[in-house]
Amino acid sequence: MTRYALNRLLVGLATLLVASVIVFSVMEILPGDPARLMLGINATEDAVVALRQQMGLDQPVVLRYLHWIGGMVVGDLGRSYTYSVPVLELVAERAAVSLPLAILSLLLLTVVAIPVGIFAAARRGSAADAATMAVSQIGVAIPNFWFALLLVYLFAVWLRLVPAGGFPGWSAGPWPGLKALLLPAVALALPQAAILSRVTRSAMIDVLGEDYIRTARAKGLPRAQVLWRHALRNALIPVLTILGLQFAYLIAGTIIIENVFYLPGLGRLIFQAITQRDLIVVESVVMLLVASVIIVNLIVDLSYAIVDPRLRAA
Amino acid sequence: MNIVKTIMAATALASLVAWGAPAFAARDTLTLGVVLEPPHLDPTAGAAAAIDEVVYANVFEGLTRIGPSGEVLPALAASWDISEDGKVYTFHLRANVKFHDGTGFDADDVKFSLDRARADDSVNAQKGLFAQIDTVEVVDPATVKVTLKQPQGSFLYNMGWGDAVIVAPESAETNKDKPVGTGPFRFDNWAKGSSITIVRNDDYWGDKVALAKAEFRIIPDAAAAIPALLSGDVQCFPFMPVGDALAQIEADPRFTVVIGATEGETILSTNNKKPPFDNLKVRQAIAHALNREEIIAGNGSGLGTPIGTHFSPGNEAYVDLTGTYPYDPEKAKALLAAAGFPNGFKATLKLPPPAYARDGGQVVASQLRAVGIELELIPVEWADWLEQVFKNKDYDLTIVSHTEPNDIGIYARKDYYFNYDNPDFDKVMADLDATSDQAKRNELYGQAQRIIAEDAVNGYMFQLAKVGVWDAKLEGMWHNAPVQANDLTKVRWTE
Repeated sequence: MTRYALNRLLVGLATLLVASVIVFSVMEILPGDPARLMLGINATEDAVVALRQQMGLDQPVVLRYLHWIGGMVVGDLGRSYTYSVPVLELVAERAAVSLPLAILSLLLLTVVAIPVGIFAAARRGSAADAATMAVSQIGVAIPNFWFALLLVYLFAVWLRLVPAGGFPGWSAGPWPGLKALLLPAVALALPQAAILSRVTRSAMIDVLGEDYIRTARAKGLPRAQVLWRHALRNALIPVLTILGLQFAYLIAGTIIIENVFYLPGLGRLIFQAITQRDLIVVESVVMLLVASVIIVNLIVDLSYAIVDPRLRAA
Repeated sequence: MNIVKTIMAATALASLVAWGAPAFAARDTLTLGVVLEPPHLDPTAGAAAAIDEVVYANVFEGLTRIGPSGEVLPALAASWDISEDGKVYTFHLRANVKFHDGTGFDADDVKFSLDRARADDSVNAQKGLFAQIDTVEVVDPATVKVTLKQPQGSFLYNMGWGDAVIVAPESAETNKDKPVGTGPFRFDNWAKGSSITIVRNDDYWGDKVALAKAEFRIIPDAAAAIPALLSGDVQCFPFMPVGDALAQIEADPRFTVVIGATEGETILSTNNKKPPFDNLKVRQAIAHALNREEIIAGNGSGLGTPIGTHFSPGNEAYVDLTGTYPYDPEKAKALLAAAGFPNGFKATLKLPPPAYARDGGQVVASQLRAVGIELELIPVEWADWLEQVFKNKDYDLTIVSHTEPNDIGIYARKDYYFNYDNPDFDKVMADLDATSDQAKRNELYGQAQRIIAEDAVNGYMFQLAKVGVWDAKLEGMWHNAPVQANDLTKVRWTE
C-alpha cells in the first residue's frame, strides 16, 4: 500500500513539473505585450518600456522561469501585472468562492447521481428507469451555460428567491454567500450528475448480474443490503474513475459558470488574466488547477485500493 | 434559444408587474453594471476605459474637465489666463480643496502631478498629452503657471482627460488600490472581481452630490446583464451590452433607454504603405464598395451613425462627408480596373473580438467580394491585435473603433499603424496647435476631415452607439460619451 501510494505521488509530482514547463512556454509563445495592453494604443513607446521594466519583463526567459518556479516552491507566486498585488492574495480571495462552489457541486453531483443510478439499476426496465434515463439524456445534452440562464430566469427574475448573480462576500455571513452559490452549483452539477447517474446505472447492472449477487440473495440477505453493501461496493470503481474526471470538468466549467453568474472566482480570474496577458497570474492559477486535479486523481487512485483490496498489493 | 429567452422574459415581466417593483426606503444609493473590471484605479497609469468609468469626475478631478457634450469646463482651476502668444497658461486654483485623506490641495500638487506625468520614467498611458509642456511653475499656493514649448490649441481639453487628473505626492503611489482624489465621491471598497463602491465626500469643495453611495458591479457577460437588470439587482447600465434584447427592454416602462453617441469612430483601417493599398484608386474603390447602412444593421445591436471621416458627429466641428465616395459597386469595379486590378485581388482582414469587428467584418467581406476583392478573415485577440497590427503594422485591413476623444491628430503621426503620410494634413494640424480661437479651430478641423476623407485613408463606416439603460426614476446620467466616463455628480432619484 505504501509503495503504491508513493508511486502515485511521484507520478503526480513529475506531471506537475512537466505541466509547469508547458504552461510557462505556452504563455511565452503567446503573442501580446502586457505593458502595451495596459497602456493602450495612444501610449508613447518610452512609457511602455518604463512599464515593462517595472513589471520585470525585460529579464531573460529562463531566469523568469526559475524565479517563478523557485518562488512557487516556497509559496511565493509573484505579483500580478495588472492588479499589482501578490498573486497568492488574489488567488486566496478567489478560491474562497471557487472552492466552496466546486465542493458544493461535487456534493450535489454525488448525492443526486449515485442514488438515481442505483434506483434505475434496481428497477431496470421499469417505467421509472426509462423516465430517469430520459431525463438524464436531456441533462447530458444541455450545455451548462444555457441551463444556468434558465435557472436565473426562473429563480432570480421570476420567483426572486435568489440574486441573479454576483457574490456578497463571506463577510456578509454564511447564508447570503451560500445562497449566491446555490444556482451556480446546481447549474454546474446537474449536467454532470446526468452523466454520472448513467455510469452508476450501467456499472450496477453489470454487478447485479454476477454470480455472487445471486449467492447473496440465495443465502437470504435482504434486497437493500445486497444492493448497497455487495453490489454498490463493487460497482464503485468505474463510478470513482468518472467522478475523478468530472472534477476536472467541474473546474473547467467554473470558468463559464462564474462568467454567467459574475462570481469573483478562479475561473473568472483566469479568463480575465488571459485577455489582459497577466501572464504570472495565468501561469500560477493554471498550476494550482493542475495540482488540484492531480491531487483529486491521487485520492481516487488511493480510494481504489480501499475499495478493491487486490490493488493494494500492486 | 431566442424564442425561449423571449417567452421566459415575458413571463418574468408579467409577474413583476403583478407584484410591483420592490420598495426602497430612502433612495440615495445606486448599483450600476459595468462590463469590464478595471485592472486598478489609478487613471494616470493605465489606458483601460474601465478605470475612468469609475473614477472620472467622481473620485478624481483635473485642472479642467470634459462636460456631457464634450465641452471644456473648469474643475480644480476656477479660471485661467492665456498669454498673447498662446504659450503661457496661468491657472487660478480653487480654495478650500482637500484630498480625501485630509491633506490640502494647492499649486504644489498641480506641479507634482504634471511633472510626474511627463517624467522619463512615467507610465502615463497618454504621455503625449503633456509633450508640449516646457515648465510648470508654482507662482503662489493658488496660482500655477504652465509654459508650453509651442502653442497648443487643445491644451485645456487635454488637461481635462482622466490621465491628467491631479494627485497628491502622499498618495500617488497607492492610488492603484486606494485612490485618493479631490472629487465629490470618496473611494470606499473594492471587492476584487465583484464590485467597487464609492461614497459621498461630505468635505467636497463644490455642490454636494445627491447619491450617498454608488456601487459599480462587474457583470462581464452580456447574457447575465439582462436578468440582473430585470431582477432589480442593478438599476443602471451606462454602457449596456444589450444585443438583440434591446426591443424587449425598450418596451418596458420601468426603464429608460438612451441611444447616445460615443467617440468611437469604427473604421476599416488600411495599411496605406502596403501594395495595393498604397494606390489611391484602390482605397477609393474600397470606399465606394462599402454600404454603411448594411454594415450598421449587421453589427450586434444594429445601432450607429454613418460617418465619412474620422470625427464624431456629436462634435460641433463635424462635417458630414459620407457623400465623398458614396456606395457604388460599379464605380468601385471601374476604379479597381483603372488601378490595374480588373479581376480584383486577395487580401486579409484581421478582426479583434468586439461584435462590431467580428460581425461587421463578415458584412464588409461580402461587400468587397462583390467588387472582386477576396478577403481572408482572421480573428485575433486584443493582445494579438496590438502586437501584429498596431505595433508591427503586419496587416492589410482591420476593423477597429477608435474611442479616444478628438483623435484626428493620429493621422499626423508618422509611426502610426495607418502608415499615412500627407504634408498637407500635417500643416493643418500644426495650424491647429497655433490656434485657440474656437471658430477658426473648427474650420481647421473641417479641413483636416476633408483631407483624410478624400485620401480615403481608411474605410469610414460608423460612429459606435452608446446604449444606456437605467431605471426610469433615475435622472442625470450622461446620454453621450464624449469621454469614457460615468459622471455621477448630477445623478439622483426622482422619488
